[in-house]
Amino acid sequence: MTHSKPPLWRDHRFWQIIVQLAAVICAILIVVILGLNLNRNLQQLGIKFGFNFLQQEASFDIGETILSYQPTDTYTRALLVGLINSLRVAIAGIFLTTIVGITAGIARLSDNWLVRNISLVYVEIFRNTPLLLQLFFWYFAVFLSLPNVEHKASVLGLIKFSQNGIELLGLNFSPEFSTLLLGLTFYTASFIAEIVRGGIQSVAKGQWEAGRSLGLKPSLIMRLVVLPQALRVIVPPLTSQYLNLAKNSSLAIAIGYPDIYFVASTTFNQTGKAVEVMLLIMLTYLTFSLIISFLMNLLNHTVQIQEK
Amino acid sequence: MQEQTQIIVAENVHKWYGKFHVLKGVDLIVDRGEVVVLMGPSGSGKSTFIRTFNALEDYQEGSIRINGITLSNDLRNIELIRQEVGMVFQQFNLFPHLTILNNVTLAPIWVHKLSKIKAKELAMQLLERVGILEQANKYPGQLSGGQQQRVAIARALAMQPKIMLFDEPTSALDPEMVREVLDVMKNLAREGMTMVIVTHEVGFAREVADRVILMDSGSLVESATPELFFTAPKQERTRKFLSQIL
Amino acid sequence: MQKIQLTWLRKNLFNSWYNSLLTILCLLLIIQFIRKFVWWTIAEAQWQVVQVNLPLFLVGRFPQTSYWRLWIVLGIITFLIVITWSVFITQKNLIKHKFINLLVPWLAPTWLLSCPLILWFMGGGLGLQSISTNLWNGLILTLLMAVISIVISFPLGILLALGRTSNLFIIRWFSILYIEIIRGLPLIGILFIAQVMLPLFLPTELRLDRLIRGIAGLVLFSTAYMAENVRGGLQSIPREQIEAAKALGLPTPLVIILVVLPQALRAVIPAIVGQFIGLLKDTSLLSLVGLVELTGMSRSILAQPQFIGRYAEVYIFVGLLYWVFCYSMSLASRRLEKQLIN
Repeated sequence: MTHSKPPLWRDHRFWQIIVQLAAVICAILIVVILGLNLNRNLQQLGIKFGFNFLQQEASFDIGETILSYQPTDTYTRALLVGLINSLRVAIAGIFLTTIVGITAGIARLSDNWLVRNISLVYVEIFRNTPLLLQLFFWYFAVFLSLPNVEHKASVLGLIKFSQNGIELLGLNFSPEFSTLLLGLTFYTASFIAEIVRGGIQSVAKGQWEAGRSLGLKPSLIMRLVVLPQALRVIVPPLTSQYLNLAKNSSLAIAIGYPDIYFVASTTFNQTGKAVEVMLLIMLTYLTFSLIISFLMNLLNHTVQIQEK
Repeated sequence: MQEQTQIIVAENVHKWYGKFHVLKGVDLIVDRGEVVVLMGPSGSGKSTFIRTFNALEDYQEGSIRINGITLSNDLRNIELIRQEVGMVFQQFNLFPHLTILNNVTLAPIWVHKLSKIKAKELAMQLLERVGILEQANKYPGQLSGGQQQRVAIARALAMQPKIMLFDEPTSALDPEMVREVLDVMKNLAREGMTMVIVTHEVGFAREVADRVILMDSGSLVESATPELFFTAPKQERTRKFLSQIL
Repeated sequence: MQKIQLTWLRKNLFNSWYNSLLTILCLLLIIQFIRKFVWWTIAEAQWQVVQVNLPLFLVGRFPQTSYWRLWIVLGIITFLIVITWSVFITQKNLIKHKFINLLVPWLAPTWLLSCPLILWFMGGGLGLQSISTNLWNGLILTLLMAVISIVISFPLGILLALGRTSNLFIIRWFSILYIEIIRGLPLIGILFIAQVMLPLFLPTELRLDRLIRGIAGLVLFSTAYMAENVRGGLQSIPREQIEAAKALGLPTPLVIILVVLPQALRAVIPAIVGQFIGLLKDTSLLSLVGLVELTGMSRSILAQPQFIGRYAEVYIFVGLLYWVFCYSMSLASRRLEKQLIN
């Protein structure tokens, strides 16, 4: 700024550099100390860092696979099978929870007292209890107490319930998969319902009145006027709910559905490779997060543009 | 010797926002006790210019000296200068989470290290001076715009500055409240405070200012006594500007 | 009277043919459900499992002779909650009560200081008979883990949020890196890191209690979310507030402490309550890493031979416990939110 130079320690640029330098040094120190500890601890345990174990024989069985898999396959194959199982439940979950969530959210604003309050009770129950507990409930209290295969309960012959899971139009879903899917769907949907309700309510009352004054039917006003505006408010928090669902799918381990986390955890138990396995898990979920964020950003972009 | 009379000395001040050249080598000298009114169309850089005086904006070339202290990257100088220079903003910018009293005592307590009792005494004095004494325990949100702006003036005065900067102090006010704020400012001028004021209030400028300056696209266009400025401007640009606002 | 009821019915349940249809359908479903549920509750369910194990659910295997210590802890927490609540509620009338006004600056430190006090009462030592953390189970452990974790992650979250919004490039990127990595990971993974990997990263001599590792995991996790919540508050403060404070000659640290944070934190209280509710539910995951909190306790009770298969009873009861806490807090948070808007 000026040509007279103040002493170094009174120049704020100097401090900015010093503080950042200190942060970097601290970070490096911490990493080095932790790394040294890790090295020493691993040596004591007789474990060597490295990803070679991925080529070894997994020698454990996986209950549910889409890819063909045998215990003689490698860990890589096992993890891949787990990854696909994760994706399967996450994608199906996101799809279902969107439907249930939007339905419940709109029901919260219904002019039918009964519908409104059923939705309210649903939202308040599912939002305010732990997902893990809900999963246990679905799995142990619901699925395990269903009739066994010979005496399936069925709804209109389309969906059949039994201890062996759900049979829908000839497709068979294991009780573990069904539990996880239902659990994730209904838990996440209770949050989405509130987001949808908030989004719709955020649209100014004048918009309804303007729609009505044009002679539009309520359903049309909802579809043409209110929802497009509500989406602007809905999409960003919806993204974080999808992310939550994807991350929560890791609770599969609690009920024995072989998702990526479950398989990775088994891998760790057999090989003791904690750091490597954790890095793989981190990589997987960060990739999930990035993909979902990317797709939702695209959606958000189109939704926001509609405004102008 | 010059330093005795000249309290603000800005020489050849340049500032860029990225590629945009906001201040194009502005020179300004303000004497002690002088009241200078800066006028100009919006975007002419007048707010930016006075905000360089207390380092709310930095500048890339030239020099600014305030009461003999050079404004630079020197942290201590910046702090010293901010204590010498009070500022009043267009949007008042009172702290909404503090009472009126605490708004005024905040800086004296934390910067001048005054005791709470002393600071309160000082604040009460100032609030009385701007006519808000009975509202001292309310929160800013409970006051009208004019009252808030008067509190903002008291808050700035609490640091006992040698210079007061006003950045369009009446532009955000309802018309009926402009007067109460201008009255406070007039009193301040009468008491001999050095003031640099960005405003569009022509009547006020005529009555109070020692000097009126027109600024346009980052340069000073004309500087004259209010008499000459409003009745016999020399520059074509000034005439045009006056025809737009009068 | 009857007429009013009839018009209410018409207006709210039968105002069009499809609403009437919906109403009847819903009624049928509800009646069916309630009939089955009531029948199950009264006739089929065996609630002895809850009755017999009630102390286990609530306080775990904490020695009965030391229950008085738990009562004191409960007293301290209740006191803190009442004080905190009254501070926020009285802010409705902007001129605050003098006494409560005095309390405000002490609030956060009191919460922080009460943490070691509570731990002392629970764990003993220094004159009290020490009680192993293995005996801290059930609901009390759930609450304890949630409260301690949120209290620790509060100041850390604020620092991280300040780092995230700092104009110092490296500090900002470190903060972003931490926040985004943690938020990208499932909690179970973070608890795994804390349980299994933390000991690997620490010197061999340093053996951390399982409970401490659990808290470490929750804090690692919760801090990142806290930082994002606080950042929302920081960004809601207009730049002019900072300029006004600077123009008064306040140095940057004071600007943050006196002007920015008080406003920012007030704005994010509802979000933080929401986060606490989430954390309370998330403590259930500790049962997967070997801690016997409420969910873990329910599983070990279900393993008792005489109560095998009483899943529904146990999970419904435990769910109810969680629900009471979460729901009452969400009500409180909504009330606060309304108050902050007005």
